[in-house]
Amino acid sequence: MSRNETDKTKETILEIKDLKVIYQTDAEVIEAVNHIDLNILRGRTLGLVGETGAGKTTTALSILRLLPEMTGKIRGGSIFFEGHNLLEVDENWMRALRGNAISMVFQDPMSSLNPVLTIGEQISEVIRLHEPDLPRREVEEKVDSTLNLVGIPASRKAEYPHQFSGGMKQRVVIAMAICCEPALLIADEPTTALDVTIQAQVLAMMSDLKHRLGTSMLMITHDLGIVAQTCDDVAVMYAGEIIEAGTVEDIFLNEQHHPYTTGLFQSIPDINKKSDRLKPIPGLMADPANLPKGCAFAPRCGQCREICTKEHPVLTAWGTHQLRCHLFASSEKEQERGAE
Amino acid sequence: MYKYILKRLLFLIPTILGVTFIIYAVMNITPGDPGRAILGANAMQADVDAYNHMLGYDLPFLQKFVNYVQDLFLKGDFGISYFTKQPVFAEIWPRYGFSVRLALMGALLSAVIGIPLGIYAAVKQYSLWDTVPSVISFLIAAIPGFVVGMLLLYIFALKLNWLPSYGASSLRHYIMPMLALAIPPAAQNMRFTKSSMLESIRQDYVRTARAKGAPERTVIWKHALKNAMLPVVTQMGLTLGALIAGAVVVEKLFSLPGIGSLIVDRIPFKDEPVIIGGTILLSVCFAVIMLVVDVIYAFIDPRIKAKYVKMKGK
Ligand SMILES: Nc1ncnc2c1ncn2[C@@H]1O[C@H](COP(=O)(O)OP(=O)(O)OP(=O)(O)O)[C@@H](O)[C@H]1O
Ligand SMILES: [Mg+2]
Repeated sequence: MSRNETDKTKETILEIKDLKVIYQTDAEVIEAVNHIDLNILRGRTLGLVGETGAGKTTTALSILRLLPEMTGKIRGGSIFFEGHNLLEVDENWMRALRGNAISMVFQDPMSSLNPVLTIGEQISEVIRLHEPDLPRREVEEKVDSTLNLVGIPASRKAEYPHQFSGGMKQRVVIAMAICCEPALLIADEPTTALDVTIQAQVLAMMSDLKHRLGTSMLMITHDLGIVAQTCDDVAVMYAGEIIEAGTVEDIFLNEQHHPYTTGLFQSIPDINKKSDRLKPIPGLMADPANLPKGCAFAPRCGQCREICTKEHPVLTAWGTHQLRCHLFASSEKEQERGAE
Repeated sequence: MYKYILKRLLFLIPTILGVTFIIYAVMNITPGDPGRAILGANAMQADVDAYNHMLGYDLPFLQKFVNYVQDLFLKGDFGISYFTKQPVFAEIWPRYGFSVRLALMGALLSAVIGIPLGIYAAVKQYSLWDTVPSVISFLIAAIPGFVVGMLLLYIFALKLNWLPSYGASSLRHYIMPMLALAIPPAAQNMRFTKSSMLESIRQDYVRTARAKGAPERTVIWKHALKNAMLPVVTQMGLTLGALIAGAVVVEKLFSLPGIGSLIVDRIPFKDEPVIIGGTILLSVCFAVIMLVVDVIYAFIDPRIKAKYVKMKGK
């Protein structure tokens, strides 16, 4: 790409600041996302990792303002996209963005497609919504070219979702998300439902698309392998907080890590070493309806100290690498609040 | 698909045989006979017996069954009424047409009232759009249909004198019976549509539609509704069937010439040919309605259509 790299690469396309999201149910208040900050730069991919229930999907839905109407509530912070705070713009503004400038590939491709509409209809709907003046024939041409792009023969567009395999459905879902060439693509575990070979194909296809369209991406996953393969930056989420963030190099090559991140790395089987056993992080994730007072990871942490159960850790930063852990805050006093 | 429809229609034959057999059997074990019912309590037993013999009522019930089935399937003959001595078909057919018309209008009205209210109740859950119709619908569910009819009669015929209270000679005559028929199933349709819509609104593809930037109207009427219609269509089929056969109370209340009241009227006379003929037509009608429901299903849901196409291949 012959873009002016120097000022384009550093341009922030999405900036989440101090976002707080809760789910208010009859019985309890679930603190799903707790004051997180995230930045996505133009043309780059941010990986959001963390185990189940960490609040990854909640974060993504907040960006599109698609949280469940009755229960999901944004309780503070801001989400700036191309200079506008998405938490303050009106619903029409959001509608114009959704599927157009920001689109999302949902976690489960099987249920994300409407079973009673053909896939052609479902893809062309996005185009017609955002380019209402485009002649019918051109809409269809665009559907065909998008299907070709994701590797599905355009001749199958008159078929219904149940006539496709899981991997193909996932491609259809991706086609729906990219047909308006979004500036930001949110992919929520786009490959968990797929087997390994299909998974590799879909990921390769997405990277290819990213380069072709210059799209920024938020890649949500709990698989560090996928992060290494597709992401430029990484944020590790635990109990609704970003506990470590940095570039892929920071996360994969630096020495210092949050004990949770270390745990995540140890929980992937390493084929180079002769141990065939996974080392899962012991214990369960903190109950988001009843978060501990200090560090949320403390109850599961092998290096837990007294301060960890009492005080909430602050952010420590070395350049682009940020950590939220008492282990590092105390040894690197001068760096404290570096990023704040 | 055509093969499937044909197969379903062929199923009517055992259905008709079963209906005929059961009615003859039930008539056989219940007390009373047409001779006594027609000639009256004071008639001589010998006269009654002779009368029953003339009708052919005194034949063994299996014999009657075989004769009836032969006449029906070979000659298309529904027999002669014990009571009026008229050909059964000529007697039941106009009544049948009347009932079907009334039921169709009633079912249509119940859909027109119930389905949109159900959709609004689901979309605006917990608002006034939801609570008011829901409470009214529960109230109606608790009231028997004839009370609704009597209330209508009381208000519109007796107090306001707006509408005629009996007969079926003009369109105005149909208004109250139709309402009386339509209101209870409308309440049921509303509840059904609401729960079905609530279910489909929660589905992931509805969120996908929102994520595409579709306006709420499209999300509800295009994406959620089509999926929510399946159970509602079944319910509508059942409603229609129930309204054709089960409108007896309303027919009685408004003195209407329907098939249900005809059958009920003839039970004391043990008018077997009319009862059987009427019931056969009703079961045929019911089977056809269910078939239409299935065909509509296939149109709504491509997965179901796919199943029929596979069946056709076999
Ligand atoms: N609709 C909801 N109502 C109540 N609580 C919810 C709802 N959706 C999510 N939660 C809760 O919010 C927390 C964060 O959920 P979220 O779906 O964001 O997790 P996630 O990181 O995407 O997990 P996964 O990897 O399993 O997809 C969890 O504790 C979850 O139980
Ligand atoms: Mg999730």
